[in-house]
Amino acid sequence: MTTPVLEAKGLTKRYGRVVAIDGSDLELLPGEILAVIGDNGAGKSSLIKALSGAIVPDAGEIRLDGEPVHFRNPMDARSAGIETVYQTLAVAPGLDIADNLFLGREQRRPGVLGSVFRMLDRKTMRSEAARHMSELGVGTLQNIGQAVESLSGGQRQAVAVARSAAFGSKVVILDEPTAALGVKESNRVLQLIRDVRDRGLPVILISHNMPHVFEIADRIHIQRLGRRIAVITPGSHSMSDAVAIMTGAAPPPEG
Amino acid sequence: MGQAELLGVSMTTTTAADFEVRRQDSMGRRLQHLLHGNPVLGPLAVLVLAIVAFSIVNGRFFSAANLSLVLLQVTVIAMLALGQTLIILTAGIDLSAGAIAVFSSMLMALFATDAGVPAPLALLLGFACGTAMGALNGLLVTRIKLPPFIVTLGTLTIFFSLNAVVSNSETVRGADMPALMTWTGDAIPIGSFRLSYGSIIMLLLFGFFAYALSSTAWGKHVYATGDDIEAARLAGIRTGRVLFSVYTTAGLLYAVAGWILIGRLASASPNVGTEYNLDSITAVVLGGTSLFGGRGGVIGTLVGALIVGVFRNGLQLAGVEVVWQGFAIGLLVLVAVSIDQWIRKVKS
Repeated sequence: MTTPVLEAKGLTKRYGRVVAIDGSDLELLPGEILAVIGDNGAGKSSLIKALSGAIVPDAGEIRLDGEPVHFRNPMDARSAGIETVYQTLAVAPGLDIADNLFLGREQRRPGVLGSVFRMLDRKTMRSEAARHMSELGVGTLQNIGQAVESLSGGQRQAVAVARSAAFGSKVVILDEPTAALGVKESNRVLQLIRDVRDRGLPVILISHNMPHVFEIADRIHIQRLGRRIAVITPGSHSMSDAVAIMTGAAPPPEG
Repeated sequence: MGQAELLGVSMTTTTAADFEVRRQDSMGRRLQHLLHGNPVLGPLAVLVLAIVAFSIVNGRFFSAANLSLVLLQVTVIAMLALGQTLIILTAGIDLSAGAIAVFSSMLMALFATDAGVPAPLALLLGFACGTAMGALNGLLVTRIKLPPFIVTLGTLTIFFSLNAVVSNSETVRGADMPALMTWTGDAIPIGSFRLSYGSIIMLLLFGFFAYALSSTAWGKHVYATGDDIEAARLAGIRTGRVLFSVYTTAGLLYAVAGWILIGRLASASPNVGTEYNLDSITAVVLGGTSLFGGRGGVIGTLVGALIVGVFRNGLQLAGVEVVWQGFAIGLLVLVAVSIDQWIRKVKS
């Protein structure tokens, strides 16, 4: 059996008397898109936040490539190779595409200019940014120096996904990447997610949109009442089965 | 016949995308995009127009002697507005800018005279005091997480009252101070234009921060923090540190403004500067920096400060009463903020 790239066991997080995640497990296999679905309050967000370092779980363990890891903040998770694209707060609108791609990990010029004058290597960052964008087939954004706020929602999301793919070495986590997008733009972002997977990066996709989930997920993790109650595949179950399991209308499949 | 065919062809190939492109090409939208990409253009146009207009109204306006005076008059406000710009870029505001400058100037003057501290040390103590006051604002904003408006409203009142306590509400005359304290008021003559050392310091610092904001990671982080603090935090930027550094740096810049103020007035007086706080915000806004953060820059602020100076001076030379000068500046501010709102609505 292959070792999961990312594995969580018995994760628990309580907020006072409210239990957000109640001993939840998760397994992400190499090269797959794992969709995480669940009703509101099922603990999807908390689970993902624990994996991306945004919250520290009260109990349970997280393993990356089989090694236990402890993330105290989002930076820890990032330096371990886990990149997350958050639902609404993906990018800084006033900065341009290249600046956004390198936000928080800017590159400085070599030599004295960089070490003493702290000068940024804008040329390298721009050409690198352009390369990352075109590698993912989002080269339609000709001007890498364009402010992100002048882009459409789908293009912004593409910038955010490109950033995570460019810097994530192990896992990319996407929280509702298509929630605010139209049909055409959603399709483009879904294709982008497939491209990320095809380049060998496994993806965790949190989504409410069943057609999107069934279109691109390899496996579907169903979260209910703070736990993982089932893992299905788009082949083994229908959308209505998934919704029934998710809401408790149908029992989870055996095994 | 051929024409009708052509027309038919062109009509069938006109798609929604073509309409989109055409709409973008309208004059207003092009202007909007131009200003969005180059926020300094608007204020610069206003400044040039104002200079041309006042020169026509009164020939004396465009003389070297008068232009030296304008620069001298705006130097202190421009220095305060430089620190203010850093803070406003992070979507904050500093109402205590003038109070910090005046307190620092009083402190360095008193150290250099009454306390008998050597002038360079007195100067450094004044700078340290401004920096500490800025750091206090920064701590209250980042640790206690109070809104910058409230924090600096409080510290403004505290600093002004401390100022009265420390100075006994008495002015220290420049003649009683060591030469270093009033050095900023000395000037290099360039023809009949007189460039004061205070103005040189101010211009150098504007150059320095224009570079720091545009070409260093710190600058990018300042913009990102002002733009969307949550997005910046999630991108791994330590936004608390960025904010703290901005308030602290601004404090130091205000103290330098205090030093320049001593040179300008040839004294250190606790009773000046009540209008400096709002004037510094006016210069920033006129310079095209958005009060909502993340947009603008220090070069715009320099232009904004010059606009204020040129209007005050030009209206004076044109024989307009002082009371109406404020009216004109107020109108300018409202126009500037309206334009900023319009530019923000830019879409591709």
